[in-house]
Amino acid sequence: MIAIDALLIAAGLWLTLGFIGLVKGRSLRFVGTVVFPLGALVGIAVGAVALFALGGGVETARLAIGLPNLPFHLRLDALAAVFLLLLGLVSAGISFYAAGYFSHDHGINLGALCLEYHVFLASMLMVLLADDAYAFMVAWETMALSSFLLVTTDHKHAAIRHAGFLYLLVAHVGAIAILLSFGVMTGGAGDYSFAGMRAQKLSPFWASIAYLLALFGFGAKAGLLPVHVWLPEAHPAAPSPVSALMSGVMLKTAIYGLLRVSFDLAGMTLWWWGLAALILGLATALFGVLYATVQSDMKRLLAYSSIENIGLVVVAIGLALIFHAYGMEALAALALTAVFYHCLAHAGFKSLLFLATGSVLHATKERSLGKLGGLIHRMPWVAWLALVGVLAGAGLPPLSGFISEWLLLQGFLFSPGLPQSWLNMTVPVAAAAVVLVAAMAGFAMVKFYGIIFLGQMREPALKDAHDAGSRERLGLFWLVLLTLLLGLFPGSIILQIDSATQQLLGKGLAERVIAQGWWLLAPISPERASYEPLVFFMIVTASVLLGGWVVKRLYHGRLRRSPAWDCGYHFQGPRAQDTAEGFSQPIRRIFAPMFRMQRHFPSLRDREPYFDVKVEDHFWYGLYLPIARLAARLSALVTNLQGGRIAVYLMYSFFTLILLILVARP
Amino acid sequence: MSATGFFGQLFALVLALLLAPLLTGWVNQCRAWLQNRAAPPLLQQYYLLHKLFHKDVVLAHGASPLFRFAPYAVFGCMLLASAIIPSLSTDLPLAPAADALALVGVFGLARVFISLAAMDVGTSFGTLGGRREMMIGFLAEPALLIVIFTVALIAQSTSLATIVETLAHRALNIYPSIAFAGLAFTMVSFAENARVPVDNPATHLELTMIHEAMILEYSGRHLALIEWAASLKLYAFSCLGLALFFPWGIAERDNVFALMAAVPLLVVKLAIGGAVLALIETVNAKMRIFRAPEFLGTAFLLAVLGMLVNLLLES
Repeated sequence: MIAIDALLIAAGLWLTLGFIGLVKGRSLRFVGTVVFPLGALVGIAVGAVALFALGGGVETARLAIGLPNLPFHLRLDALAAVFLLLLGLVSAGISFYAAGYFSHDHGINLGALCLEYHVFLASMLMVLLADDAYAFMVAWETMALSSFLLVTTDHKHAAIRHAGFLYLLVAHVGAIAILLSFGVMTGGAGDYSFAGMRAQKLSPFWASIAYLLALFGFGAKAGLLPVHVWLPEAHPAAPSPVSALMSGVMLKTAIYGLLRVSFDLAGMTLWWWGLAALILGLATALFGVLYATVQSDMKRLLAYSSIENIGLVVVAIGLALIFHAYGMEALAALALTAVFYHCLAHAGFKSLLFLATGSVLHATKERSLGKLGGLIHRMPWVAWLALVGVLAGAGLPPLSGFISEWLLLQGFLFSPGLPQSWLNMTVPVAAAAVVLVAAMAGFAMVKFYGIIFLGQMREPALKDAHDAGSRERLGLFWLVLLTLLLGLFPGSIILQIDSATQQLLGKGLAERVIAQGWWLLAPISPERASYEPLVFFMIVTASVLLGGWVVKRLYHGRLRRSPAWDCGYHFQGPRAQDTAEGFSQPIRRIFAPMFRMQRHFPSLRDREPYFDVKVEDHFWYGLYLPIARLAARLSALVTNLQGGRIAVYLMYSFFTLILLILVARP
Repeated sequence: MSATGFFGQLFALVLALLLAPLLTGWVNQCRAWLQNRAAPPLLQQYYLLHKLFHKDVVLAHGASPLFRFAPYAVFGCMLLASAIIPSLSTDLPLAPAADALALVGVFGLARVFISLAAMDVGTSFGTLGGRREMMIGFLAEPALLIVIFTVALIAQSTSLATIVETLAHRALNIYPSIAFAGLAFTMVSFAENARVPVDNPATHLELTMIHEAMILEYSGRHLALIEWAASLKLYAFSCLGLALFFPWGIAERDNVFALMAAVPLLVVKLAIGGAVLALIETVNAKMRIFRAPEFLGTAFLLAVLGMLVNLLLES
């Protein structure tokens, strides 16, 4: 009972801080030095409590608020604790950063923002603690509304209002599906607590309906295809710390929900559930990474990259479900560990990158990649800290993104042994697609980093850019630390999150991880697969240092500066560099059918020649606009019924009454 | 960690550092012979490295510290790669640090660093080379991993040492999947090492260069390190190919005699491999850059075919 009370107090503290911020919102200094840093400390406390709860058992509580005779049931188990750990630690970094970021005047209503921000944090905490459908939906909707308000912070721009509307729409369509899924899982018994749902014995048909509804509902929040459209609009619209929170933490609550329903509440697992998630996840990941590589707005690029990462997580969930359905729990544990690990890793590095774009935006007022460049000279702190996030995002060893990819690929590799031979064969081919996604993520990350921070400054105004302040740096540094820890000590971290795997599958990776020593990651056995990130890191560092030292010792270190050679070409302005569009030209060309492209080339006689390319999403034109047109047509039909005259309406009532009397006559 | 293991590891490392430029020199020599040119001396690469290390570094205005750090990072990555590939013996203390999947990660790390460095000075050629390199990378990486998957499925392991031990000691029955994987691996290694059908290591022609475009701004010791790293990469890929497809003669644990015998065998295998490489380069023409996706797509399909053949026929 200790941990769950502590978490409720933390939620209360966040709410209190939010209200204090609302009242004292006019004082930038107060908000920056008191409210947000205290919120960050609460976040660290949440992380610590979650870590403690991972070692302990299940705790439940009842919170007597809400409707009469309908208290909130709360429950803290290992699955919730993993995501609470993520929420606490990552939000701490973001809040530290926000303390610096919002202490400058951005021309926004800071008090309201402060309240929404902390309500958002508290509602995510409640989503993870909820143990009945009622509490879950209340927290879920609070989360959606507070984040909607945060997205539309800068609501004077029509584009931002539009993004907010789209977000709210998709969030609610998803919420309806989740509610229906809960309804199916109660089996008509009327008991909306999760315990009641677990006790229900559903038929495979109804369980599948519940699963598919949950996949759609949580998929809408996570940004799965084809309900991803809100994500690349909403993330860039929000202020950067909010984008970081949405991408790093909020998307993971959807993953939590999907895991909760499919492993815990549905009561059974069918193999094709896993296949559906696998295919959907792969499609999402490929789509996300392809679109990430062609973006020319830095925050949209990161938003599409989040879609890709969520896709990979769902692939891992699919794999875990397939293994679980066939009772291959050791492999399911491997895949599920990859799910948890990728959630943690992505939360760390993606928040870091979003915050870095915040600093860039702040220093340059510019988010189009075509107008940035060379910022490593003006913002060395942000540039070097962001490099860690970029390498992790590209899935490179020895950082965090690599570990989860490695675990996932090991899961794929040892899949032969599934009872169905065609499944046996398709699953490793899916691994090939995962590798393609990972390699293209590298392309997107090089583009992101190279164009923003390296090269010559594309605009003269960038010369005045300034580095991030100390509180912003602290937030970035905290997330870099998380990324490094996740990358270098996977054994210890898997040991911590293992109780969640055990809760869902009855089996974990812990025994094997302990047996091989904490520095060695060998999920099956060291002869079959092993990876020692710390040794790896030390060898690379040592050879870099040793190489540098030897070269310095043996040879003179003379160095002279001169203009770049560039094949002797002498027009070397910043315009000669690749733009974002130029950099992604190979992708647009190789994967041309995947994009909806509108290009304009100048003709010979153009007075003002210009080149233009517009890359859009097929889903808009193939799916959403037809739906929107259909809705418009239907509502036009309905309009005919509404003449606006009372007499006509009374006539409708009269006819309805007669109809009812005829039909319902006993 | 046994003493033989430690010395074997050290020996493999030193041998990689020494043999790598020799292999590049040998390939260049063979190429020249096949093209009816007067061949450069076998030791030309060493002279080049010697000269470059003694020259001043000319650093472009606007080069950031990242630009100066990258050669060391790339060199370190390639050194690690050649240390963990069992070229002489499977008894490598560093091998558990990274399995075959992590090895692909090491090459990826080096690629990202050199591409970022190419973008750092902000010249037209640098960025062009960087994007082309990343393109080749994301096309080649899946094919390479599927090749590794195929052999890993046969050996039931992604640890390179275990793969070599399994493959070298199986009964000599023919695995069709290995043939497909070998073909795919050859194609991938041409792309990864900037060799002729995909890239030309001897050109500075704007339209065709990939690797050279990225390193145009490097000079002096930085260039020396990058050249050496490129040689090491070729050496590592050759050794990986030999270890996966011709694993005979690689020493087992605690066997000093076999280790000594493995050295001349490795040199002979590398010499033959280098000559074949030069031959393939000579009879092929450089492709347009946008033919590269087709080329690597073929490699990918061959690799997938190999894996499916393995799953269908051999398990």
